[in-house]
Amino acid sequence: MENCLKALRATREWSQSDLAQRLGVSRQSVNAIETGKYDPSLPLAFRIAEVFGLSIEAIFESPTRG
Amino acid sequence: MSRYRSPAIRRYTIRLAILMAAYLVTLFAAVRLLRSHMVEGPAAYALAILPALPVIGVFWAVMRLLIEEPDEYLRKLLVRQVMIATGFCLTVMTILEFLRNFDLLSSDSGGFGAIFYWFVGIAIGAIYNRITAGSVDGGC
Repeated sequence: MENCLKALRATREWSQSDLAQRLGVSRQSVNAIETGKYDPSLPLAFRIAEVFGLSIEAIFESPTRG
Repeated sequence: MSRYRSPAIRRYTIRLAILMAAYLVTLFAAVRLLRSHMVEGPAAYALAILPALPVIGVFWAVMRLLIEEPDEYLRKLLVRQVMIATGFCLTVMTILEFLRNFDLLSSDSGGFGAIFYWFVGIAIGAIYNRITAGSVDGGC
């Protein structure tokens, strides 16, 4: 799933490890989500949105809308 | 860079260390006592089964890790690793069984049973995860 996690992280000058710590997941998870290798569950997607203070739709692109 | 180690992975590592130590002790005792015929009858059967218990414990520890690991992505990779191991083990055992059924292979397994092939499968699964998903901390 396409997302702007990397760009959002860059604006806050967070490394993948920084974001992983804030989310309580591994750095590998953040990397997999950023590169689109893994789609997070709804609870994790909500957690990501809360960390950035945005809505889920503002971070993740709907795969059906294209 | 901090290395991810959840409490679940720490518990798994401790469980694995205890079970492996128990396996070595029970295997050593069983081989020594049974080869020297110091134990016979029903006790011999119990003693022969004893080293299998820590190995079964390893299966339990892996399954507990799958339940307890809070990181959903790592959990997915672990599930994939276990599925590769199970598939590999069943494939090898099925082939060996047919070769033995048609007397093309000795019935003596040489000590390499299902457990051995399952652990080989775990290693293959870890390599597959490493190739497709990069370095993964906390694998089985």
